[in-house]
Amino acid sequence: MQPNDLDRIARQIRLRDLQAVYEAGAGHIGGEMSAIDILTALYFQVLRIWPDQPKHPDRDRFVLSKGHVALALYVTLAKRGFIPEDEISTFLKPHSRLNGHPNCNKVPGVETNTGPLGHGLPVAVGMAKAAKLTGAAYHTYVLTGDGEMQEGSNWEAISSAAQFGLDNLTLIIDHNRFQQGAALKDTNDLAPFPAKLEAFGWDVSEIDGNDISQIVPALQRRGERPHCIVAHTNKGHGISFMQDKVDWHHKVPNAEQYKIAIAELSEAL
Amino acid sequence: MNAVTSPKLHDCRDAFVSVLERLGAKNPKVVAVCNDSVGSSKLGGFKSKWPERLVNVGIAEQNMVGVGAGLANGGLLPFVCGASCFLTGRSLEQVKADIAYSNANVKLVGISSGMAYGELGPTHHSIEDFAWTRVLPNLPVIAPCDSIETAAAVEWAAAYEGPVFLRLSRVGVPDLLAPGHQFELGKANLLRDGDAVTLIANGTLTHRMMKAANILAAEGIEARVLNMATVRPIDVAAVVAAARETGAIVTAEEHSTFGGLGSAIAEVVVAEAPVPMRILGVPGIFAPTGSAEFLLDEFGMSPAGIAEAAKTLIARKSSRI
Repeated sequence: MQPNDLDRIARQIRLRDLQAVYEAGAGHIGGEMSAIDILTALYFQVLRIWPDQPKHPDRDRFVLSKGHVALALYVTLAKRGFIPEDEISTFLKPHSRLNGHPNCNKVPGVETNTGPLGHGLPVAVGMAKAAKLTGAAYHTYVLTGDGEMQEGSNWEAISSAAQFGLDNLTLIIDHNRFQQGAALKDTNDLAPFPAKLEAFGWDVSEIDGNDISQIVPALQRRGERPHCIVAHTNKGHGISFMQDKVDWHHKVPNAEQYKIAIAELSEAL
Repeated sequence: MNAVTSPKLHDCRDAFVSVLERLGAKNPKVVAVCNDSVGSSKLGGFKSKWPERLVNVGIAEQNMVGVGAGLANGGLLPFVCGASCFLTGRSLEQVKADIAYSNANVKLVGISSGMAYGELGPTHHSIEDFAWTRVLPNLPVIAPCDSIETAAAVEWAAAYEGPVFLRLSRVGVPDLLAPGHQFELGKANLLRDGDAVTLIANGTLTHRMMKAANILAAEGIEARVLNMATVRPIDVAAVVAAARETGAIVTAEEHSTFGGLGSAIAEVVVAEAPVPMRILGVPGIFAPTGSAEFLLDEFGMSPAGIAEAAKTLIARKSSRI
């Protein structure tokens, strides 16, 4: 698939995500918009997956550690054929399997339950270690938020991934510079990330995480050590008035804002 | 079933690793995960046989439990071993989200539970672990009473598809169950029958219950003794039968009196067959220092102390009639 095709898919996912947030009256739209290009590159270009066989033992593993952007994952999974596209309209409704954080026992394509932050990376380390022990060829990818890196469990996992020599593990940090209540730099500023990861024994790439043409090769990069992609992204990417505004962590657009956002995202469809 | 007793004391960790190594030889998917606890979990033999299958994450319990979930996702059969106080307390949210809620096929093995580290003080006492784990859906909670039941429970856990919490002690206990005993989840074992009172325990307390029953028998009081290794799911039928047929229940556990085995039994009793109960354990305090044996005696769980509690309860039962 060409970058232009992936861009088009990413815009379609953004549009459906926005509609679902508006209809449900809830979601984490800022972090969803920042991560959607990465999800698109993974599910439509990089991951070796079989939507009709979601538990295929050779599938690549993807863990959405920033589980609060579950909606972006649901829309992506639906578009990729794991769940029906019309099911997105049940998001957050009573008894819907599409709750605010992904459930691996109900939603095909979800590997482990996330929601509390700092959980996905340790589990991904276990997945990659399992492949080393069994000789499986699958690759493990995990997406965390940048604020999420404040959780100590991540650093336990980063250290063990290097100790285990997990060259089959890729961590993508969605570095949109904002967490729920404030900017990362005003809270507990872990940036810049690269030197810290390198000190722990990882290879590090830095990319524009909203540029598909940079995301795909970074995800495909292989080396001799675990790989961290510091993906510089924009919270609310694609919707002008949301970009880089901390308010849009989990705010819901009003009718007027919704119209503007729809128009902006529809322009290039 | 009559109990088979033996005066020799066994460290249940030996039974655990003996079965683990037998399973490991048969099934290359069996891996052990630990937090620098190769020695205290007695994993030295496993490590020397299969060094690559011993995944030691270092002193990092949150990562240890998450890694266990990931190993299971990759098709392996992980036994995640660590001191019970840290395995449950330090990584409780990982146990909740990554293991129980995700329904990961991971066997959590809490070593040195209860007051096995009595002298080390309350940071190392694991007397909250039943309460913390038994509220989690999908997670069977099991505390075997002797080496025979430990071996049987480990065999059962390996064959069971889903998460399990096994709570083991390092304090020596005599064998109580018959050799060849098969573990059945949520099923209590009748060790001694009687109609005056029922004594229910698990782990290191079961043999003390048997001794208490012998003291009572010498005074003409016939106590029923149930070994209830499974705290969740609780054996509702055995509890209801005990309440209806003996009219009084004493429980004892190496745990806080809040939220453990006694509480689980009380939840059934109050709903199905209310009778007087006495829950023995650590009475909601940080325990003083001392050996496990000393602390159990201190909190009224010597055989004589249990027998005394039973007699007081039987008197209450009579006074209600």
